[in-house]
Amino acid sequence: MLEAIGVGSVQEIFDRQIPEAVRMERALELPDGKPEQEVYEHLRSLAARNVSAEDELSFLGAGMYDHYVPAIIDMLMERSEFLTPYTPYQPEISQGGLQVMFEYQTAISELTGLPVSNASVYEGPSAVAAAGYLAKLHNGRRRLVVSSGLHPHSIETLRTNAHGFGMDVVEVPLRDGVTDPHAWAQAIDGDTSAAIFAQPNFYGAVEDAALLSAAAKSAATPADGAGEGAPVVVCQVDPITLGVLAPPGECGVDVAVGEGQALGNRLDFGGPSFGLFAAREEYLRRMPGRIAGETVDVDGRRGFVLTLQTREQHIRREKATSNICTAQALNALAGVVYLSWLGRRGIAELGELLLARTHYARETLAALEGVEKLHEQPVIREFAVRLDADVESVCRRCAQMGVNPGADLQALTRRPADRGGLLVAITERRSRAEIDRLAEVLGAAVAAERAANATSPGQAVTA
Amino acid sequence: MSPPVAVELPQQRERARTIFQKGAPGRRAFTCPPLDVPAVDPQELLPARFRRVSPPRLPEVSEPEIVRHYVGISKRNFDLDSGFYPLGSCTMKHNPRLHERVAALPGHARLHPLQRPEHAQGALELMWNLQTALSEISGLPHVSLQPSAGSHGELAGVLLTRAYHEDRGETRHKVLAPDTSHGTNPATVTMAGLEVVKLATDASGDVDLDDLRAKADSDVACLMLTNPNTLGLFDPNIKEIAAIVHGVGATLYYDGANLNAVMGLSRPGDMGFDIVHFNLHKSFTQPHGGGGPGSGPIAVSDRIAPYLPRPVVARHETAAKNGDITNRSRPEFTYTLDEDRPKSIGRLRGFQGNYGCFVRAYAYICSLGADGLKDVSETAVLNANYLLARLQQAGVAEYLPLAYGELCMHEFVLSGGPMKRELGLKTLDLAKRLLDFGYHPPTVYFPLLVDEALMIEPTETETRETLDGFADAIAAILKEAAEDPEIARNAPYTTPVRRLDEVAAAKRPVIRQALG
Repeated sequence: MLEAIGVGSVQEIFDRQIPEAVRMERALELPDGKPEQEVYEHLRSLAARNVSAEDELSFLGAGMYDHYVPAIIDMLMERSEFLTPYTPYQPEISQGGLQVMFEYQTAISELTGLPVSNASVYEGPSAVAAAGYLAKLHNGRRRLVVSSGLHPHSIETLRTNAHGFGMDVVEVPLRDGVTDPHAWAQAIDGDTSAAIFAQPNFYGAVEDAALLSAAAKSAATPADGAGEGAPVVVCQVDPITLGVLAPPGECGVDVAVGEGQALGNRLDFGGPSFGLFAAREEYLRRMPGRIAGETVDVDGRRGFVLTLQTREQHIRREKATSNICTAQALNALAGVVYLSWLGRRGIAELGELLLARTHYARETLAALEGVEKLHEQPVIREFAVRLDADVESVCRRCAQMGVNPGADLQALTRRPADRGGLLVAITERRSRAEIDRLAEVLGAAVAAERAANATSPGQAVTA
Repeated sequence: MSPPVAVELPQQRERARTIFQKGAPGRRAFTCPPLDVPAVDPQELLPARFRRVSPPRLPEVSEPEIVRHYVGISKRNFDLDSGFYPLGSCTMKHNPRLHERVAALPGHARLHPLQRPEHAQGALELMWNLQTALSEISGLPHVSLQPSAGSHGELAGVLLTRAYHEDRGETRHKVLAPDTSHGTNPATVTMAGLEVVKLATDASGDVDLDDLRAKADSDVACLMLTNPNTLGLFDPNIKEIAAIVHGVGATLYYDGANLNAVMGLSRPGDMGFDIVHFNLHKSFTQPHGGGGPGSGPIAVSDRIAPYLPRPVVARHETAAKNGDITNRSRPEFTYTLDEDRPKSIGRLRGFQGNYGCFVRAYAYICSLGADGLKDVSETAVLNANYLLARLQQAGVAEYLPLAYGELCMHEFVLSGGPMKRELGLKTLDLAKRLLDFGYHPPTVYFPLLVDEALMIEPTETETRETLDGFADAIAAILKEAAEDPEIARNAPYTTPVRRLDEVAAAKRPVIRQALG
């Protein structure tokens, strides 16, 4: 090979190209390479030092959920034909991936009740930020009004991004567990680019989506000549609840975004999963990311291509509607396979089961001494309670009993009002017996913590 | 050796039907767990005004139907495991299956991102070890694993640059990027609220230093550079470029898409870069998945570190436990997620990043070690130069000359200009004809400054036999075109569909299945 190239050594290829001053003259300081079986053992030993949802009875949620992932998803995701190609730049040999995107878009449109969906973005919170950017491109206004019911990671991600694209983020407080409609309407004006809320919200409560959308649209009055028209109404949805919850498209929402992990993707300590992004027709040409479209080949056969690419960075460069390139195609495949597996009836049945079990869990926990509901709103798959004890200490006690009772609300939101809050998630994997076990362990832990506190009254409960 | 021009493969030519067009009412795969809690009035659980009136029209199919459907359409994909995939700038290297096995271990795959740190020590240690390795490979001391892909890492980088300048009380508006840069670079700059200023490329394919000197001023926040660049060339003036950029107080950003050329051979930090992003799905074997997931960690210099996205993984040394004989001589560490970063730009996404990708990248680094990573880059560069030499032999070079330089790093760019003029064959035609020969075409029509560009990156994965086969196929197509250019102009013939009408698709977009 060297002879064909016309060099004496591989080193010469580098010597002729890399200036001496920037050549690395020592070896990288990394451990020596290892045979496959040793690497396996090392990675296995690291995995063994984690307590996964396989190892304890977990009620953790707060954005990612331990739903059951059917075996066909593992098998399909591991197929070379889906696992190892890249973005379908050559449609003639990428019909499989393109058709998956087309089917995924159909499923997301159907779930959300919105006519256009892209082929996925990274994940939930960054999808919210992407919706903020779409609103900026759409109406050029400066302000993003967000409900405090959004996931705190979504609010923070939106703030990070909004600082970049030059917009302000204004938070609207909750009342009785849901977005305060009065404060919401007050916050929205002619300079509001988008009004963003979550359904269900971070505290598990079902919002009145139709009311919030209508309020956002009527609240906007032109502040000046530039401020005409309503803001873009954005809803962060939890797709697995859409078998029973009214779809955002039927509630006046313009853009629906959300975290797709619950649809057939594993927890993976936070990723990869996918973000969904769907909208009304008028936003189609400002959508971020890939979109697959139907067409025909020269012989008239049905086929699929990446379409509307003039929105994208590789064509439009600095004028693109987003910088996104690699998204989450494989995770979106898991999403559409999962939705096909659930099916038209299954998604509604699953939703009803989640409703019933979550209701049961909330009532059961709220009956415990030192535990009360944080709000009375309907809940679907997650709910918040307030403990009359330090949440972190209670969680530690429960962990010793092999139970993870949920997420410490205040640790996530940093809001003083959330002190004592525990966010509990119920998936179809948590049976009534397991919920009863949670009640038993949580009740004992709260009691023990209160008793410990009573015997040392000088020691205040720490927030 | 050329395949027949019209082959009908009945199974592949079956008309595409989506999953929504299959199945029958009432058919299903999922069995819902039984209702084991007391039944409650549905209206009490969820009042009617919040309820969906009719269920979403999802498919009604059985499990075997789902399996046959997706296995069937998977066969309409070309993939890296089936053949050569020299897609420039994408680093289509082999994906070891060990990585899928370890990533699927329940201790990784079913670990909740909010698990208490003492119950996620294995994951946090893995992230720490990966950060440490990426830091060493890049020559930059601080790492955030959070960004979800290369473009997300770029956004992090430009926002970090902004935060760095703002913290010093400066507002800078411009970001310089060469005309050869990836499209994500200028798109990112716009999203971060800054303005792109294009830098010219000189006759050798490197950054035009005069143009850089003219444009580098105190309003420049950053220069975004890929080195080696998208022409596959290592910029010989990199030290001087860094000096000019730093001289006006700006930062230097390294687009790590081409890192596969220099691992263990040259480090961005030593070249003078302040911020680097890595593409774990390129250099570090995260499978490309048909367009993701990816992962785009960033490494930065000391002066940028305070602004890194939060949280970051922190390591704490703890005294060895008493009586623990196995660990007596070693310090013990615990790991946490540090949210307390007052100057941080904030989060870029939920949770800690694409951990599943970290597991695979870390397994790769463990397998290869220092020598192995260097060997990867040497082999990738050797392969690229060998393929370049084969394609510069008689019968090809006349039509597809090398656009810039003599040697290349891990990839190279040919110009299809002479082919178009002399044979009437566009680069697109060549690419489509390659499909009939069983190859994925190179990246085409990029970078933009090369006429009819073909950007070829073979990676270290490929054998000499594969490279020879590809070079022979290109020569055969050119020879065929000299006799009858129509064959390539109408290619492909053997694929599941033939050339598709992309104009019609964009004109009247149909982006979902019509449902009855």
